[in-house]
Amino acid sequence: MIKKHFEKIKPYIWLASFVIFSVGSFWFGFDPGRTIYQSFTKSFIEMITFIPFLFIIVGLFDVWFPKEKIEKHIGKDSGIKGILMVVILAMLQAGPLYGAFPVAYILYKKGASIKNIFIYLGAFSTLKIPMLGIEIGYLGLKFTLARTLVALPLFIAVGYFMEWYLKNKNFKINDV
Amino acid sequence: MFKNIVVPFLNILILVSLLLFIVPPQMIVKYLGAGSGAIGFAIAAVVGSITLIPGFISYPIASGLLKQGASYATVAVFMTTLMMVGVVTLPLEIKYFGKRVAILRNLLNLFVAIIIGLLIGIIL
Repeated sequence: MIKKHFEKIKPYIWLASFVIFSVGSFWFGFDPGRTIYQSFTKSFIEMITFIPFLFIIVGLFDVWFPKEKIEKHIGKDSGIKGILMVVILAMLQAGPLYGAFPVAYILYKKGASIKNIFIYLGAFSTLKIPMLGIEIGYLGLKFTLARTLVALPLFIAVGYFMEWYLKNKNFKINDV
Repeated sequence: MFKNIVVPFLNILILVSLLLFIVPPQMIVKYLGAGSGAIGFAIAAVVGSITLIPGFISYPIASGLLKQGASYATVAVFMTTLMMVGVVTLPLEIKYFGKRVAILRNLLNLFVAIIIGLLIGIIL
């Protein structure tokens, strides 16, 4: 009985402790706690800017795009055009890498190839347009351009490697 | 789906905030700055792989590093591992992809990030 309740609240333990810790830190003027809370808010702002878009993309794919269509365009036999499509999809998004996992799941569910799923993850981590804008602002066009051009062939290679390695290995992505 | 995604995401943010407190940006700048050489490059790869620093904070750090005379290679490997490798997010990634694939993806991407860093160092 107690164990069952514990399983229910387990996901929220971190959150609850953090809230208590933060409120306590402000109450008692505990500076480290305030610093931690402030960097949390920075990350949180980043999160709420990408989450709505993430749900829109996942929702759109789930409802609007039939499996046959996705399979045809970015499935096993899709070729270069398929690679181009997943790269562009990734470039239009924002957010840190873990925000791409739900999209990877939906792509997998709809029949995208292993190669294209990992190319999507690679493009998502390194080529997102909103992020490139910030990068150019801080690190300059030369740096950004060099980094993207070097990264592109490498993460495509990762995609090919993963497809080769996971062939016949029952690869699947779970819904979380 | 919403709840299942948002709660782990918030947990990651909490963990990241704690990590940023333990390893503050000033400390990163100190160890990766000018003349840090191969050791700086290695530290950049390790710190970048473990942590997950939001863009708001990581780009100013990177720009500060370059202004202080850190090498392009070190900054590139730091930014690339931050983006592509995530030890903090590994538990979540394992839930989606399974242990073997998640670990393999991170190792491969660490390898790729190191190559990117070295190549950027040669190009720029």
